[in-house]
Amino acid sequence: MATITFEKAQRWYPGADSPAVPGIDLKIEDGEFMVLVGPSGCGKSTTLRMLAGLEEVNSGHIFIGDRDVTKVPPKDRDIAMVFQNYALYPHMSVADNMAFALKMAKVPADERRKRVDDAAKILGLTEYLERKPKALSGGQRQRVAMGRAIVRQPQVFCMDEPLSNLDAKMRVQTRTDIAKLQSDLGVTTVYVTHDQVEAMTMGDRVAVMKLGELQQVDTPLRLYDKPANLFVAGFIGSPQMNLMEGVADNGEVKLGNYHVPVDPTAAKKMQGNVTVGVRPEAWRIVGENDGGLPVTVTVVEELGADGFVYGTSGVEGTPHDIIIRVSARDSVQKGETLYVTTDPAKVHVFDTESGARLSE
Amino acid sequence: MWLKAINTILTVIVGIGVAVLLYWLLNKIAELLPSRLEDKIKPWLYILPAYLALVVYLIYPTIVAFIKSFQDATSTEWVGFANFEALLTNAGFQQTLFNTVLWMIIVPTVTIILGLGIAVLADRLQPRYENLSKTIVFMPMAISMVGAATVWRFVYAYRPAGSDQVGLQNAIITSLGGDPVPWLQQSQFHLNSLLLMVMLLWAQIGFGMVLLSGAIKGVPTDTLEAARIDGADERQTFFRVVVPQIKGTIVTVFITTLISAMKTFDVVYVMTSGQFNTNILGVEFYRQLTSNFNNGAASAIVVLLLIATFPVMLYQVKHFREEAAR
Repeated sequence: MATITFEKAQRWYPGADSPAVPGIDLKIEDGEFMVLVGPSGCGKSTTLRMLAGLEEVNSGHIFIGDRDVTKVPPKDRDIAMVFQNYALYPHMSVADNMAFALKMAKVPADERRKRVDDAAKILGLTEYLERKPKALSGGQRQRVAMGRAIVRQPQVFCMDEPLSNLDAKMRVQTRTDIAKLQSDLGVTTVYVTHDQVEAMTMGDRVAVMKLGELQQVDTPLRLYDKPANLFVAGFIGSPQMNLMEGVADNGEVKLGNYHVPVDPTAAKKMQGNVTVGVRPEAWRIVGENDGGLPVTVTVVEELGADGFVYGTSGVEGTPHDIIIRVSARDSVQKGETLYVTTDPAKVHVFDTESGARLSE
Repeated sequence: MWLKAINTILTVIVGIGVAVLLYWLLNKIAELLPSRLEDKIKPWLYILPAYLALVVYLIYPTIVAFIKSFQDATSTEWVGFANFEALLTNAGFQQTLFNTVLWMIIVPTVTIILGLGIAVLADRLQPRYENLSKTIVFMPMAISMVGAATVWRFVYAYRPAGSDQVGLQNAIITSLGGDPVPWLQQSQFHLNSLLLMVMLLWAQIGFGMVLLSGAIKGVPTDTLEAARIDGADERQTFFRVVVPQIKGTIVTVFITTLISAMKTFDVVYVMTSGQFNTNILGVEFYRQLTSNFNNGAASAIVVLLLIATFPVMLYQVKHFREEAAR
């Protein structure tokens, strides 16, 4: 078990115009499940591969515990990795795949067998131990890849999008399995994904990245409730937050001819162009004459438990696409006009140019 | 000279023309049939010329050789196993057989080892230099063995001590103060056979290297990374993760070079004609047929070669089937 510390760790691919990761500073606690999330090309995989030793660190340092591993080859870092395509050795049986690292570490044969058997039992792979990877389903292969990591009993698990090759149902199930396994074993884990739902459901903390830079590192709920900037606000949450560009005007935000009241902190700080953000579930439907924002319904998605209404606001100037979460039994029809409003406390205000959060 | 060139061109044109005509005719014949039958028969008609060629040029001669191996030198009387007996009890032929076995063991093994080595090392170069070095290694493939022999004569050439050495190896040795060595006559430890094998290897390694290099590049990178993280060093990664994954290609290269070693003729014939204990089956066959006019012995050698090739072919077919089933 160990903490992980990135100190201005930089990766600059030879021949590239700019670094993939200009210099990341991140401290991961002992036993923590840290998720790196962001769109493709944001440097999350590069960061993980630097930790694993598969990418050279051009400057800065990486520590596992107190040990500076910046220049240590991967085999001596005491880490295990689960790859996106699992990277199973096709010529070895499941048991040999899981035992390979132990064999390399010269663990005695009976100890090896015991650890493989234990891991297989945890993962439900006991009856497949003699099979070759090609005779397994995708989900089983994924579990073998997990098994190969856990028999090592390493200091750190690195996981690079381990669920992206599974079908939707399998992914949801495996998501929970991995999270549970990690909390049982208590091994510090760095998990890379582009899927914000995975990030939110699995991570103790989530690091949101964009263009090689950390945007915000926080617990899933704090990311959701207090996104630090426009990028995080738009990235976290599904369907995404309604973001509307307006102008600060006397402690309120003017969207066309509609005035949005905001919280006092934002009211004090904001000036010029600002963007207001409202989560789909933060809207309240009000009567026609209660001063709500008029929205013309274009699509209604009924999901059973709840529903999402997609519409355009008829605010003068730019019409905005608006998403509203409604209770499933509010029968909303396509083409009708809804009037929605929200509380100032639920309005996120961002500076349009810098993207910085202005609300509390 | 011009006449020859024109002749060649004419032959090619006539050959292709006849082939086109043949297929056109076969097609016409097929079209005369009712349409359901036509679809069924057409593939067979198209494949027929190939099968016929196979029978005429391969199966028929094999059968004839087999028959003649049980007949006397002029193929007039049946002699039973006498040809085989005479060959296998002859000390000279036993040496020939032994030499051939040496070729069969050494050439494929060295091709694999060097081919893999060059492929791995070239893989670490920048793409430009990788391609350059691979092209250089591959180039001898394009030279006919007889042409190559002309070059290699100058490597092994020998002049008596005191005269100017035109051979590369002897030039080096004499310039260092040694005595020139008649390389191709050095039959102790089969040195001269080994020197001849070097020529075949020189010509063939490029082929093995290209196939193996392709296979190595096909090994998924993440399995190599997984091995590195699992604690394997470079050597372990290569032997435990890369080699098992390219085993199919290694077998293919091994078998292909094995077969070409078995039927080697030109290298030995051009360089030593099988003298100085460098004789191999291919050359001995030719000698029996053209110098000794012994059809029986020549055919018996062919049959022996065929028997030796048979298990290899069987294995290859089985191996290809397994590969295809994957």
